[in-house]
Amino acid sequence: MTSAIPILRVAGLSKSYGHHEVLRDVDLEVETGEVVVVFGRSGSGKSTLLRCINFLEEPTTGTIEVDGISLSGGGHRTKSKRDRIRRLRVSTGMVFQSFNLFPHMTALENIAEAPRVVLKRSQAEAEATARELLEVVGLPDKAAQYPIQLSGGQQQRIAIARALAMNPKVMLFDEPTSALDPELTGEVLAVMRRLSTEMGITMIVVTHEMGFAREVAARMVFVHEGLIIEQGPPAEILANPRRPETRAFLDAVL
Amino acid sequence: MTVQPAGRGELEPPEARRRTWSDRRESFELTSARIPFRLKLAVVWAVILGLFVALFAAANFDTQWMRDNATFIAHGITWTLVLSVLSILLASVLALLGALGRLSNNAIAVGVTGFYTSFFRGTPLIVQLFLIYLALPQIGIAFGNYWADLLTLNVLTAGVIALGLNYGAYMTEVFRAGIQSVGHGQSEAADALGMTYWQKMRRVILPQAVRVIIPPAGNDFIALMKDTALVSFLGTTVDQMEIFRRAQLVGKADFRNLEALIVAALLYWGLTTIFQFFQLRLERRLSRGYVRGTSAVVVAGQRGGHA
Repeated sequence: MTSAIPILRVAGLSKSYGHHEVLRDVDLEVETGEVVVVFGRSGSGKSTLLRCINFLEEPTTGTIEVDGISLSGGGHRTKSKRDRIRRLRVSTGMVFQSFNLFPHMTALENIAEAPRVVLKRSQAEAEATARELLEVVGLPDKAAQYPIQLSGGQQQRIAIARALAMNPKVMLFDEPTSALDPELTGEVLAVMRRLSTEMGITMIVVTHEMGFAREVAARMVFVHEGLIIEQGPPAEILANPRRPETRAFLDAVL
Repeated sequence: MTVQPAGRGELEPPEARRRTWSDRRESFELTSARIPFRLKLAVVWAVILGLFVALFAAANFDTQWMRDNATFIAHGITWTLVLSVLSILLASVLALLGALGRLSNNAIAVGVTGFYTSFFRGTPLIVQLFLIYLALPQIGIAFGNYWADLLTLNVLTAGVIALGLNYGAYMTEVFRAGIQSVGHGQSEAADALGMTYWQKMRRVILPQAVRVIIPPAGNDFIALMKDTALVSFLGTTVDQMEIFRRAQLVGKADFRNLEALIVAALLYWGLTTIFQFFQLRLERRLSRGYVRGTSAVVVAGQRGGHA
């Protein structure tokens, strides 16, 4: 595992808002096909870590490298930096807690939009890919529906398809099931499981779903007060956490 | 419990009166509730219109003159519409640029748009009309014949520029509010997909902002339509007269000023009413993707739109 070349490398990542340090010198490497579950208390910095990877938040210091595109945080966003940020974002698909589908577009248009506009694919090609992705997320009959006509779980599956349409190297999931009613989380987690097992997609998932972590994750990363204080295979972390903070958190959620 | 018979006797009559009053009110409300809202609305309109007509009849206006000259005044509709449409187009472009400027973090863009909205919202439209019509050529002369010719505008051009600049300044705020009404999550989703600023604006933010912009912008268009009357003060040439100028012309000639103005008022009212009808339809169409119930109609409309 350690011999493989990482597709994503986070080095010395720090993020502060004023005097408040949210992330403190975080290092993380993810290999191709690996599923990493990031967990921790609310406010621990786990979402900020994810959002710094695609520069939705500008890291205060540190370097992000995805598939050979390397970018350092801090400093002015010049034209050339903005261009590189966009290239990095194309390589990283993001799924949000609140879906953020485009409400004025149908499900199909939501998925086909960025390939057309950003990757300059033809409409026919983008829509063909979009239909395939609707199959992947199990919603082939919802192509013409607007987001408001879909349940939360269906919306999140469309959002996953939308991110996949850019053919990203890494998928980032920011608490993808936290905004869903409990009975709808299963369908979203099932899609995510398929992405890993059937398509071998590299994923970083911020979630409290320990069942999903146990079944799908290769590695679990515990974030506490802006630091990764413990990581390892789920079996080890869940059964036998070494740090008292990890143990306390797991006792609270399990 | 401890109330004395005498005391109760004193209290009873007012209580009884109050009960009958509230009984009446109760039965009135129940009867009213059975009459459809739209019917009641029609009655209210009919009563007010009836009063209007009665007052009008009492004033002894020369209705024969009004009928004879209505066509002449109505021919001004063409130029009123030309002025309105050209001005609102210019205003919309300026408002979009203004809003994007106000929301940017570029000092030049923020400064230029800030100055623009401050000046054109802070001075009277009639002053701006005269400044653009009369002061621009003056400035042009200082820079030589070429500029003097270029800045000497005909009345309609000056009118469109003044109305466009003025309403563009007001609508900048409307556009800005519309853009800001689109949730931050939409912007992040577009960013995360690798869109550029303009791709995000054009494909994601503005199509959603339009829904919020249309009602107040329609309001501005109605106000603008009526403010085109001010252009007549610059002295429109005879072949380019809009409604108000025509009304003034014939009204003065025949000493029928009030009659002429009433005809003009009715024409403006008619125009704005027709416009409001189309605006309502547009607003309904734009609610696509936001109203769950109309989904079937909505999807059908969408398909038709693409075909």
